[in-house]
Amino acid sequence: MNRPLWRRLLGFHLGTGIVLGIGGFYLGWFGGHWIVNGLSPASLGYFGDTGQNDISLFLGYLLGVVGFLVGLGFANYPLARLRGYPPTLREKEEHQGIGRFFVLNTDHKVVGLQYFGGIGLFFFIAGLNAMLIRFELLRPQPNVWPAGNYLTLVTEHGTMMMGMMTSGILGPFANYLVPLMIGARRMAFPRIEALTFWLLMAAGVILLSGYFYGGIPTGWTGYQPLNDQANMGMDAYIMFFALVGLSMCLLGLNMLATVITMRAPGMTWTRLPMFVWGVISTAVLMLLAPPVLISVLTMSAFDRTIQTGFFVAAQGGTSYLFENLFWFFGHPEVYILALPGFGIVLELLPVFARKPLWGYRLAIAGFLGVSLLSWMVWQHHIFVSGINSDLRPFYMLSTELISIPTGFTFLCAMGTLWRGQIRYRVPMLFCLGWVFNFLFGGLSGIFLSDVPSDVDSHGSFFSMAHFHYTIMGGLIFAFFAGVYYWLPKMTGFMLNERLGKIHFWMMFVAFNSTFGPLFALGFMGMARRDVTYPSNLQGLNDWVSASAFVLGISMLVFLFNLVYSQLFAKEPAGANPWDSKSLEFQLPSPVPVHDFDRIPVIVGDPYGYGEEGSAVARPSPVPVPAGGGA
Amino acid sequence: MRRLGHFERVMVIWLAVSAISMTLAAVFLTPILPPGNGGAEASGQRFDNEVLTLVSILVCALIFVYFGYVLIVFRARRAETMDGPPIRGHARVQLLWIVTTTATVLFLAAFGTYELLGGAGGGQGSKPVFKSFSSDQLVSSKDPPLQVQVIAQQWQFTYRYVSDGGFESAQLVLPIHRQIELHVTSLDVIHSFWIPALGIKADANPGFDNIAYLTPTKVANVRIQCAELCGLFHGYMFDTARIVTPSAYAAFVKSQSQFVSPVTKYLPKYSGNYLPDPAFRAG
Repeated sequence: MNRPLWRRLLGFHLGTGIVLGIGGFYLGWFGGHWIVNGLSPASLGYFGDTGQNDISLFLGYLLGVVGFLVGLGFANYPLARLRGYPPTLREKEEHQGIGRFFVLNTDHKVVGLQYFGGIGLFFFIAGLNAMLIRFELLRPQPNVWPAGNYLTLVTEHGTMMMGMMTSGILGPFANYLVPLMIGARRMAFPRIEALTFWLLMAAGVILLSGYFYGGIPTGWTGYQPLNDQANMGMDAYIMFFALVGLSMCLLGLNMLATVITMRAPGMTWTRLPMFVWGVISTAVLMLLAPPVLISVLTMSAFDRTIQTGFFVAAQGGTSYLFENLFWFFGHPEVYILALPGFGIVLELLPVFARKPLWGYRLAIAGFLGVSLLSWMVWQHHIFVSGINSDLRPFYMLSTELISIPTGFTFLCAMGTLWRGQIRYRVPMLFCLGWVFNFLFGGLSGIFLSDVPSDVDSHGSFFSMAHFHYTIMGGLIFAFFAGVYYWLPKMTGFMLNERLGKIHFWMMFVAFNSTFGPLFALGFMGMARRDVTYPSNLQGLNDWVSASAFVLGISMLVFLFNLVYSQLFAKEPAGANPWDSKSLEFQLPSPVPVHDFDRIPVIVGDPYGYGEEGSAVARPSPVPVPAGGGA
Repeated sequence: MRRLGHFERVMVIWLAVSAISMTLAAVFLTPILPPGNGGAEASGQRFDNEVLTLVSILVCALIFVYFGYVLIVFRARRAETMDGPPIRGHARVQLLWIVTTTATVLFLAAFGTYELLGGAGGGQGSKPVFKSFSSDQLVSSKDPPLQVQVIAQQWQFTYRYVSDGGFESAQLVLPIHRQIELHVTSLDVIHSFWIPALGIKADANPGFDNIAYLTPTKVANVRIQCAELCGLFHGYMFDTARIVTPSAYAAFVKSQSQFVSPVTKYLPKYSGNYLPDPAFRAG
């Protein structure tokens, strides 16, 4: 491979993707201007035109995404098939070294790590936005950011988190681990798997471009008709969420197809690890909810570009249409965020309590029950909007019913710890942090589902604290539990235990110190997304801001730990650093490209702690050559 | 006397902790729960908040006591890895848990529905179904509700006193001890009319008449604010309402209607909503 540098730069990789993406963007930008200016001769002046021209911006984004994907090489395989080449399942899997993360790579382990890095980057950016928001709220009157910039920060933070973190656990962990846990060598659709990642990256850049088109004033919900009235940054929001929706939909499809069709011999449904059950219950929502989102965003884009009137009251449209469609997607979405966390917690507790999972079938029923009920509750987000006032008792009931399957998860966690030999390693601490936070998140949800209480707390900091407890306290804590638990498997090097404990305690205390007082602030009448607030609330707000900065610093502790232990300390993890019985820990760390030398035959579930002679798998009697087979 | 088992000990500690914490909460926490007692709706919501707080404390105490006990008593005491007993479930405990949580949830839903029948202060759309406060001694039932329209726009509220001649004012002044029927609508984007101290919250949707009932009981000046993100100056969309005695309200109506009478006749005819010409749509 001693080719000159210029020759190596030619080809299909991230660099080409960026070049073609920018090229495609300007092609669309020019084309859009050309169309809306009555097909007049195209002019270089269009480059400088940042006025309201949604058609050219949408075309720019669309062609930019197409160019980006073509540059990465997503068109090569379909074109090759059209020209008669034989089908293949793998692309660039033989690549080693850092370069394999910047190409279209169909190795599910590479995609998992790509997700880890890519989502981590955007999580970091969105977290910085949160710091800037808290900086502004140090004083009751605007002191740093004027009102418009503040709203843009709020929107970028919320949209980035809600969009990107939907794949926060399924992206890195499910892509990496589901094939290993079910005894497969790949995902069902490896190219679609890579596509979901690169779509998400394109979406993230597009959302950030909203800063340069006048900002986004709507918050992550993007309610109409404010959406219609907003300037061009809104197009970035619409394009971002549509791409994220597409990515989620494909990811869910891929996960379901993989788990249904590619389980190893003997891997029956009742032997699946709980994490895989978490993935299944999430993937159903991921497959079915985003099409509704994409359609409502398409309607918004049409309202903004070609002057349809879906949401314009004066033209016979209604703002309720947007609210209903958005939350019909939006409520399943919050369970897309929460359910993988349930899966990680129930997967890890048996390992660190050294006991089998307590109530396996009850836990599955809990996951699937949450998944099913999450379709029937969306109007609790619009209890005071004036729609369907006689249906409010129904939505109150259906919302509160979700506590029953959620309670199953708690009961299984409690039963698993009973009489165990509990070891307090860092992943275990994060799981226990999840229990603590999600308890508060769930109980505050009862207030929001009760209509009379909701009239008081809806749209206030109380609801904001509630969903931060469930998402940040639930999803992010489970995410870090997963990172500390599985990253040694992925890279072969342990994360530093002491730094991990510092990270946990700092994050746990700062998290509760940040979001706990927000319940009180909400009860005192502080509305969400306000750049001003009554001056008697300043003391509590300053406390919250200071805690939020500590929370931000705890993330830097994690980053330091990551860099230090993976690049410098390099403490080898060995195949099974946690004495886990799960299938992925029977493989070497890092996992070889072909995963399994022989496809295993599954003989039990991975929770046989304390049971004599229990094993999850034995090697297949029929040899399958390394790197070959399905 | 035989020693208590682990499970019995957890239960005993739980009962003790709940008794103490619920007593403390009932004395110190529930009296300061929002939204206070400024109106009949606010009192209803506060009662809901009290009940839910006490139920939450009960659940919280159970989980905390259980986890605290388990995490201390069942911690691994040796350096080498030892496995615990392979217990894979317990049918009776599972059944008990399912029955208990289901009963709690059904109780909460029934309780919330019952409380909602009083109206609860939320926006109920143009055909409200829950408005009965006639049993309430605070309201004299022979008076019809006082109709006031709240017209939201970016970024202020205007009030139209429908029952008192249909004049418009930038001030909200309301009498105590009378049921008030708020008709909330918007001229542009979605807003939400919120009086935190009175427990009123109703979204203002363009082209839609959203009705909420309000029965203030205390003379006070209360903060009004917009609770739905409505664009650039959403954070500045707040205002103060004056809740006054009926006689002060009558004086306000008299002075205001005279003051604004020259322009009242130019106002559009009262209706549930005011839509602009589609040719002037936003966006």
